[in-house]
Amino acid sequence: MTQLLLFNVTNGLIIGAFYVLMALGLSLILNLSNVINFAHGGFLVIGGYIAYTITPYIGFWGALLLAPPLTAVIGLAVERVLIRPLYGRDPLYSLLLTFGLAFMIEDGTRFIWGPQGKPVTIPAFLAQPLSNDLFFITGYRLFMVAVVMIAVTLLFLLLRYTRLGIRIRAGTLDLETVAALGINVQMLRSLNFAVGIFLAGLSGVLAAGQLGLEPTMGTGLLMPSFIAIIVGGIGSLPGTLVGGLLIGVASGLTAVFLPAASEAVIYVMMAVVLLLRPRGLFGEEGMMS
Amino acid sequence: MNAEQTRKAIVLAAIWTTLVLAPYWMVPLGGYTALATRVLVLGLAAMSVNFLLGFTGVLSFGHAAYFGLGAYGAGLTLKFLALSTPLALVAGTLLGGLCGAILGTLIVRRRGVYFAMVTIAFGQVFYYIAFQWSSLTGGDDGLRGFSRQPIDFGLFKLDILSSANNFYFFVLFCFALVVGAMGFILRSPFGRTMIAIRENERRSRFLGIPVERHIWIAFTLSCFFMGFAGALYALVNNFADPRGLHYSQSGDFVMMAVMGGMRSFWGPLLGAAVFVVLQDYLSSITVNWMSFVGLLFVLVVLFFPRGLLGFIQRSKA
Repeated sequence: MTQLLLFNVTNGLIIGAFYVLMALGLSLILNLSNVINFAHGGFLVIGGYIAYTITPYIGFWGALLLAPPLTAVIGLAVERVLIRPLYGRDPLYSLLLTFGLAFMIEDGTRFIWGPQGKPVTIPAFLAQPLSNDLFFITGYRLFMVAVVMIAVTLLFLLLRYTRLGIRIRAGTLDLETVAALGINVQMLRSLNFAVGIFLAGLSGVLAAGQLGLEPTMGTGLLMPSFIAIIVGGIGSLPGTLVGGLLIGVASGLTAVFLPAASEAVIYVMMAVVLLLRPRGLFGEEGMMS
Repeated sequence: MNAEQTRKAIVLAAIWTTLVLAPYWMVPLGGYTALATRVLVLGLAAMSVNFLLGFTGVLSFGHAAYFGLGAYGAGLTLKFLALSTPLALVAGTLLGGLCGAILGTLIVRRRGVYFAMVTIAFGQVFYYIAFQWSSLTGGDDGLRGFSRQPIDFGLFKLDILSSANNFYFFVLFCFALVVGAMGFILRSPFGRTMIAIRENERRSRFLGIPVERHIWIAFTLSCFFMGFAGALYALVNNFADPRGLHYSQSGDFVMMAVMGGMRSFWGPLLGAAVFVVLQDYLSSITVNWMSFVGLLFVLVVLFFPRGLLGFIQRSKA
């Protein structure tokens, strides 16, 4: 029983780590640009397939380093051409546009790489379980969690100490004033979008190594990421971090006792949070209205 | 009657004539009556979404859930409770509307993108319920094993099951009832208040309008309409599909409203007609129809944000 419990909590933490990476990117874009990026899952898939394509040439480590920035570049182009004209318009339009984009990405990947799942080979030493008792803790899983932790730490350091990060945080609070101080807001939004897509690309590479690749995999991760943001509190990145881990563990734990409800439980959590604390766990008053 | 009123009366007469005669002009044009029925039902759903989106100005992206609930309500009634088409319609409407009323209380304080996010997430709850509760709903395969029943008027029975035309006219009659109700509400003082909230929420609040309560009422009403449309859709297909509750279905409805013209009453019906016919055509000629539908979304947003009717109205002005 203890082992089963531990197994599912570990599973929950790992899936939660994915939610965190996805949700942090979504949250960054939502906070600064007021855009719900429905295509975020699509960018995750792009990141994964790029890794799959370049792994034979430069190996897993090269792909891990190269695929996220390549995804971010694609994201930059999409932002520049499709999303930039929509800033300042009703958020409905960016939502519909990214929604359509998600369709196109899913269908496009299916067209290019085929509908069957694709495996990504990971280095052999990472594929081994650490011990016989804890068979479910493979090196790769620990490695994934470590990468996510590093990425999240770097993101928070970037936001805390660099000029770009300070501008992003300031823009989240009051974009008009930031623009009045002579900062190029368009550029800021583009870079911020690229950072968000970088995180999506990174989760794509990591997910590819763990789960294999399918054109539809991004869609499944999108909804939990939304909920991580709502539970953690819209506008708060630490909240998103906690929210993602929380719903990951919660659905892992539910899988032990009531497997059928393991997906429903995160929606129940959201309803409870909205009922008892509408702004979310770490959200600030008024951010959601 | 002044010129404006005459023009409106003519347009209205033209719309209804087109709808009433649809079975007779669609078939020679290469369509089929069932396609017209589907356009009518999905158009009703798009108009219900637009009741909230276009006239109150709040963006719900999870309305498919109430549509789907209506469908399951009607289907389950026919399958387990009573073999009565009117009862199925009532049950579906109530199921969709009441669920909307309850969730609405949790949702109405949010605005803008946050309203959209919370409505999407709550909509998915019903999708998962329909998907997981296989013993009742049939799970992934959808709810089967029911069919619409002839309507008994005492003196005679109207066969809507085997006669496609009869069924079309029955749906048109239902459509007219709901659309009439919508038009009536929008003309009432309450409807004017909805538009006032859309135009300037803060000012409405300062005028003493209880904005949250009005949005809740508008949300609930549109969920009832949506449930009704969903119940009709179950009758159209004799089948209820869990994917009918999914947020991608909500996206389709919002797209129909935007493509036809959000600010006009009839726009969503036009949008639904274009969308349904286009999807029907695309999926028959290419397996990559998803890409084309996605491309349609992108193009409409970038180049046609006011929709077909908005475009016509502006180029005339």
